[in-house]
Amino acid sequence: MTHPAPTSPDVTPVVSMDMITKTFPGVKALDEVKLDLYPGQVTALVGENGAGKSTTVKILTGIYKTDGGTIRIDGQPVSFTTPNDAANAGITAIHQETVLFDELSVAENIYIGHAPKMRFGLIDKAEMHRAASELLTEIGAPFSSHTQLRDLGIANKHLVAIARALSVDARVVIMDEPTAALSHKEIEELYELVETLKSQGKAILFISHKFDEIFRIADRYTVFRDGAFVGDGLIADIDEDELVKLMVGRSVDQIFPDRAKDIGAEVLKVVGYEHPTEFANINFTLNKGEILGFYGLVGAGRSEFMQALFGITKPSKGVCRINGDIKVVRSPADAVSNGIVYVPEDRGKQGAVIGLPIFQNITLPSLGRTSRRGFLKLAEEFKLAREYSERLDLRAASLDQDVGNLSGGNQQKVVIAKWLATQPQVIILDEPTKGIDIGSKAAVHEFMAELAAQGLSVIMVSSEIPEVIGMSDRVIVMRDGRIAAELSGDEITPETLVRHAAGITSSAEGKVA
Amino acid sequence: MTDATQDITQARHVPDRLNSRAARVFKSWEALLLAVAIAIFVVNSFASPYFLSAWNLSDATFNFTEKAMIAFAMALLIISGEIDLSVASIIALASTAMGLAVQYGAGTPELVVIGLTVGLLCGAFNGFFVTVLGLPSIVVTIGTMSLFRGISFIILGDDAFRGYPASFSWFGQGYIYWVFTVEMLLFVIIAVIYGVLLHKTNFGRAVYAIGNNPTGALFSGIRVQRVKFILFLLTGLMSGVAAICLTSRLGSTRPSIATGMELEVVTMVVLGGVNILGGSGTIPGVVIAAFVMGLVTFGLGLLNVPGIVMSIFIGLLLIGVIALPRLWVMAAARRKA
Repeated sequence: MTHPAPTSPDVTPVVSMDMITKTFPGVKALDEVKLDLYPGQVTALVGENGAGKSTTVKILTGIYKTDGGTIRIDGQPVSFTTPNDAANAGITAIHQETVLFDELSVAENIYIGHAPKMRFGLIDKAEMHRAASELLTEIGAPFSSHTQLRDLGIANKHLVAIARALSVDARVVIMDEPTAALSHKEIEELYELVETLKSQGKAILFISHKFDEIFRIADRYTVFRDGAFVGDGLIADIDEDELVKLMVGRSVDQIFPDRAKDIGAEVLKVVGYEHPTEFANINFTLNKGEILGFYGLVGAGRSEFMQALFGITKPSKGVCRINGDIKVVRSPADAVSNGIVYVPEDRGKQGAVIGLPIFQNITLPSLGRTSRRGFLKLAEEFKLAREYSERLDLRAASLDQDVGNLSGGNQQKVVIAKWLATQPQVIILDEPTKGIDIGSKAAVHEFMAELAAQGLSVIMVSSEIPEVIGMSDRVIVMRDGRIAAELSGDEITPETLVRHAAGITSSAEGKVA
Repeated sequence: MTDATQDITQARHVPDRLNSRAARVFKSWEALLLAVAIAIFVVNSFASPYFLSAWNLSDATFNFTEKAMIAFAMALLIISGEIDLSVASIIALASTAMGLAVQYGAGTPELVVIGLTVGLLCGAFNGFFVTVLGLPSIVVTIGTMSLFRGISFIILGDDAFRGYPASFSWFGQGYIYWVFTVEMLLFVIIAVIYGVLLHKTNFGRAVYAIGNNPTGALFSGIRVQRVKFILFLLTGLMSGVAAICLTSRLGSTRPSIATGMELEVVTMVVLGGVNILGGSGTIPGVVIAAFVMGLVTFGLGLLNVPGIVMSIFIGLLLIGVIALPRLWVMAAARRKA
């Protein structure tokens, strides 16, 4: 592997990590890695889940202490023992789920911990709001410093986090999957902001799973694999395939599985589903062995509709037929007994019951089958759990282990195993590959195809265009709580998807509702 | 470096359990608590010559049997993430209802039915506000704590109901055999029922799931609100049982009956290793905790320690037993560093 030297030798890194090692009991999270961040440049840190990206961020922000190696700032070796040390050195991070305070105002959020003070240590509110307004104008935020954080959407909360980063006069900004929860438009705005930060000479560490994003915005890349440094260089000198190869250590030539499509009779028919605020007039059918994609922007009402179908929320109107029979689904329990199951987007909160062991998570909806007259039969439970965890190739120390100790990808496997064990007819997967690495993604796609081939009907809610195109037999595009289009075959192209999702109606392709 | 492609193709076997049953039992909270109980027993038997008397020990069980009956149901409720602070007031209301019925000539069977029914209704009342209206149980039951006892005060004022039928005294004063009381028998039966319910049934599994993650439990097809409602019913019912025993033992009803008992019940549950935030805990733990509290109050009583000082000891015991494992971990971490 070649490691091209920085082309402009006059630019020296602000932060330079060298031979950094970090060990946790039983795991070497980082093994002599190096990472350089340059002023006015975006460095993308790339790697699969478990590559050591989060550990690196935690070391840079002073949360973890290194076991070996040196961190230099402007060439001077430093050692961070607390997050405060890192902040004083001008390093700040914007996390996936940014830590902000809903009950406080925007200005208070920006200046919490370092607010301008008057005599007796009282906060100088006027000065705080003045400075906050200045920062907000600088980054083009469309809200005032007096706004309550609670009233802002995720994208605007990110802006607050960025303003906070700027308020401490950070020289290094770490962005950990900043676009994960943002819509297209919001992502564009974020890109502009990153450009602004670059022009101010800030060094940016950008962590992302999305390749289009990396190639769009980054100047440099650094690749980690299994806690080890693999390579770095200029984005201009590498293409997607090479970067993927560096990441996974093998070439991923076939990302989406080929499948023999064997689509059978109608299984699910939804007629006129309506909700007072979230969605209206939802009609579609789903056939046996079919993968039906649901595409749309964040906030288009896809998850809300799926949760209504699963009995979490109550639709105000609408009928759901399963195999031709009208079924009333008032609760998830009803949905499960009618063969509809739902793998939610929010794994930690809605998917897995953290605190319960793996086997109890898997058998939770199937207790009726593994028990006798309401009395538990542990042997039966372990048998069922073993069968499905092996089928999903679960990686765990034991089935008695708390599901909370598993990685995200393995938690997802437990949730899917839980539902497959109920032998459902329809499985709804809500953003099944969000935030998981390329290797696990391919495994989930493979598995989805396998399920469809076995005659299960799959609904896949996804915001990733390649996934929607690669996996779906048909696609329903939602916009503002309504079905904007139903596409199949050659109609499913990136252009049609984006056009219908965004409401651009200049093309004749697809049926515009 | 591991070869990623090879890992994917090989299906791995995941073992069922890593720790043996003996290891899990030995390391448990219950084991620690049992050691405490034995220690208290030994100390007591040296501190007072009257302690090791069968009849004295039998009398001592009244210190905890009634509270423990409620504590078993309360344990399930707290594991599910809810709480019922109105249990002592339910006792007052149920006892008042029974006392009122006596004035109209009710016999023992009627009294039992009335006591249990009032308990169930009070539980349903609490459960309705928590599960149907979605209000926080701590607020609802602080409200009903005043409400239920308030009704007793309105009915009774400064009076007391007396004149319970002679056969009614069986519950609180009767003996099954030698020193073994009716209440002890009820305590054992109820402990077994709740132990089986929590640890051996689908219902118990649902209770744990709800306590650990109510949203996740709901998304797993568990009827969360129904389970919680049943738990409030059970807690109310157990308060009714305790009301029958206590009223029978005292032979009279005043509106101040069982005042403050809710906190002793919650103390017993927490001492038994139930997480006050929900999600974990066992019935054997609560059983041992009941004995610990009973032994401490009885031992101190033999030493003529007044009641108010006794509550100081109970408080210290609770904090001590909860802080001990935590201090242990901190000390171990310091030694390592």
